[in-house]
Amino acid sequence: MSAHDEERIKTLLRQALPPVDAEPAPERDLWPAVLRRLDSQAVAQPRSRWVWFDWALAAGLALVAVSFPASIPLLLYYL
Amino acid sequence: MGSWPSGVLVHSADSLDKFRLGDVDAFEELFRLHQRVVYGWILRIVRNPTAAEDLTVETFWRIYKAHARFEAARGFEPWVRRIATRAALDWLRAQRPESELTEETMARQTTGLGADPGVTAEIRSKTERAFARLPPKLRVAAVLSVVEERPHKEVAEALGISVTAVKLRVFRALRLLRKDLERQGIKP
Repeated sequence: MSAHDEERIKTLLRQALPPVDAEPAPERDLWPAVLRRLDSQAVAQPRSRWVWFDWALAAGLALVAVSFPASIPLLLYYL
Repeated sequence: MGSWPSGVLVHSADSLDKFRLGDVDAFEELFRLHQRVVYGWILRIVRNPTAAEDLTVETFWRIYKAHARFEAARGFEPWVRRIATRAALDWLRAQRPESELTEETMARQTTGLGADPGVTAEIRSKTERAFARLPPKLRVAAVLSVVEERPHKEVAEALGISVTAVKLRVFRALRLLRKDLERQGIKP
């Protein structure tokens, strides 16, 4: 692609998508929406984090038990 | 073109320290200070005011979620810009290309706002459609570098890539755009 073609494409692009105004502002105060999002995270996060951890731990133990059956009594001892 | 003008957005080191510890009041202070530039940055990428508002909320939610990982030495603004760019990129990836022609942009094309008389509304429309068909990561690099004329270094930091990679993405975007326009019978 020649430099002339490149400049022409750039010009077409700027015509199709004019630059955004210097200082655009949202039409509403977004802080309440951020707070709502944080609240929903505070409620949802502990549960989902522990569920994920529990499943990972259970899967790991199951894998150890299947791979090394001799370790089952040891695992039971520590439970 | 004033997103994140250096030296204008001043926040105390104290508020950054408190934010890092998860203090919501400090977070609100940072939000009030940066929401406008975050919104403007995202709008420049997604070019849809409603989506930009939602993505601003999403960005600040991600920022708060990652508060413990914030490193003051690397600066708040570049970190925020990177998170905002990633959120906008995720949104672009989730969109169907043709759906990005909004009523607002169509209206702008027909009224010819800022238009070159030598470039018809049809060519502008075809260019915009061709641009919407580009891969999102090329679109972000091209729109920020070519349309918004942001420095390559700033775009590179926002995308988490090198300046060379930004230039390469812009070049690839322009080349693909030219091919698409040629297929539509427009010889640039």
